[in-house]
Amino acid sequence: MTHSAPLITTPDGTVESISKVLGKHLVSIEEANNEIAVHIHRDALVECMIKLRDECAYQQLMEIAGVDWPDRDPRFEVVYCLLSLTKNHRIRVHLVTNEDQPVPSVTGIWPVAGWLEREVFDMYGVLFSGNTDLRRILTDYGFAGHPQRKDFPLSGYVELRYSEEEKRVKYEPVQLAQDFRNFDFLSPWEGADYILPGDEKTGGGAGNAAPPPTPKTTDTATQTGAGKAANKEAVKRSVRKPKATGDKA
Amino acid sequence: MSMQQDLAPNTGDDVIQNYTINFGPQHPAAHGVLRLVMELDGEIVERLDPHIGLLHRGTEKLIEYKTYLQALPYFDRLDYASPMAMEHSYVLAIEKLLDLEVPIRAQYLRVLFAELTRIKNHTLNIAHHIIDVGAMTPPLWLYEIREDIMGFYERASGARMHAAWFRPGGVHQDVPLKLLTDIAEWLDDRMPRLFEDAMSLVVDNRIFKQRNVDIAIVSKEDAIKWGFSGPMIRGAGIPWDIRKSQPYDVYDRMEFDIPVGTRGDCYDRFMVRVEEVRQSVRIMKQCLQQMPEGPVCSDDRKVVPPKRAEMKQSMEALIHHFKLYTEGFKVPAGSVYVATESPKGEFGVYLVADGSNKPYRCKIRPTAFSHLQAMDFMTRGHMLADTTAILGALDIVFGECDR
Repeated sequence: MTHSAPLITTPDGTVESISKVLGKHLVSIEEANNEIAVHIHRDALVECMIKLRDECAYQQLMEIAGVDWPDRDPRFEVVYCLLSLTKNHRIRVHLVTNEDQPVPSVTGIWPVAGWLEREVFDMYGVLFSGNTDLRRILTDYGFAGHPQRKDFPLSGYVELRYSEEEKRVKYEPVQLAQDFRNFDFLSPWEGADYILPGDEKTGGGAGNAAPPPTPKTTDTATQTGAGKAANKEAVKRSVRKPKATGDKA
Repeated sequence: MSMQQDLAPNTGDDVIQNYTINFGPQHPAAHGVLRLVMELDGEIVERLDPHIGLLHRGTEKLIEYKTYLQALPYFDRLDYASPMAMEHSYVLAIEKLLDLEVPIRAQYLRVLFAELTRIKNHTLNIAHHIIDVGAMTPPLWLYEIREDIMGFYERASGARMHAAWFRPGGVHQDVPLKLLTDIAEWLDDRMPRLFEDAMSLVVDNRIFKQRNVDIAIVSKEDAIKWGFSGPMIRGAGIPWDIRKSQPYDVYDRMEFDIPVGTRGDCYDRFMVRVEEVRQSVRIMKQCLQQMPEGPVCSDDRKVVPPKRAEMKQSMEALIHHFKLYTEGFKVPAGSVYVATESPKGEFGVYLVADGSNKPYRCKIRPTAFSHLQAMDFMTRGHMLADTTAILGALDIVFGECDR
């Protein structure tokens, strides 16, 4: 270990004791980056948390984080970060769920979970059964959608402005002055998931490859390079021109 | 008919007893854009529902669309009262995933400026707490300290507030020697003079004590259940400080004490912060004494861009510079939760990396979330005027709370 992040020493046998305490509720337990992640079954959450708090001395719930994995089924992961003040140790408890399957609320164990669950609900649409106050928390009153989902656009759907004519604040669909740009900076020979222009000739992925873009040329006067409308205009002009010179002659 | 009903304002047949008022979102004592929906029985608060999110800017969503380095300045804008402390958790999380070693001078510089930031944050909070309960002179003196610190920030990073000075692998630039000597002189003379003068007006002040002692008492059990951290949990009497228990950077070499409260009321939380300022001064002095010479950034060229002078000579350096500022560095897949002791409490970053140049998910654990949520039970049964004292002692900044 060479980094200087907060030093957490895992007591010997922590992984074993946690797996023993959780028993059949445990899906898997892993230790990576010097942190222990416990994956459990969703329905056994409350039981597991009580055991972790009372038998393993993880007294504090510091954070509940949602993560969206659209390719997985079920797509949402909910992560509980627990802290033990007495053992000076942290663990994370992971479980998975989807839009319909509610996660049991832990507000009965830690009242702080109330807002943390509200935030996960607001951001991802994950439901928590037993949370009596599952309102939106960070987004606007009357907001639609769950912004942290990967399929929610960064710019959102509506924007707000003050209308001088109507003398009130009004919502309008988002209009971007310029198309939303998400640059792909990954090295094409390492990270690209499309076929590079030119590579289609090598055979391998010839079937799926998009044809390379036709090179733009401006060999003749009618090829302005500024689009069809401009070309048309150029054609008209080129027709008129010889006439004009003819008059002079 | 009871006496209370006799005294209640009478509008014909209806007797008004409870009423609901809005505190904020535009109220000078709300410390930003906080809307408190309060149900009052006379002047007694019966129920309190904080509405937050008025400053929600979608920071976590934006970070998912930025490279690791581009995402860094967003952290300054979370808790704008203590910008460098916010950066600290983030850079440590990246370094933990990369397993990147940071040169020792950079670690000292980070601790030095993290503590400077703590003083900056606490002077602001102490000042506003005092203003909220009615005093005027001490805040003006405390703002002098804050102004000095902004000057130091500017001399180190070029910016008075949004520094973006902590970088993955170290700090952005070395500081001039004159800055360190100036900070040392300031710590010896001007800073304690201003601070102790201001505190002498408040800590034993009869009015200040009447407004704070025995207000919103939080027991140890409640502090644990409600996820308290930082001065809030220490105010409740639990000696818990991440700098001591899970030291990061060079905090394990520092000698300092952790103040704890005895009663868990607003006055204790205030006094914990006052003492923490003094302890921060101690840590900063040790940093200045012990700080060695040396590089201030890791020399891993796959993460840290080279200096400009090197780029003029070396083709490799030029390529690295270009790649790091366009593509950025890649972080191996994995997830970490890194929490540091920010001035307000445990500020955590849960970072999920998928092996690309952008964070897959960056969940920010704000300190204010758990503290503000507890305000409902802390305020019940207290007077309306006490809410400002309670809110002042919570130390909330909405940039961080709403993200």
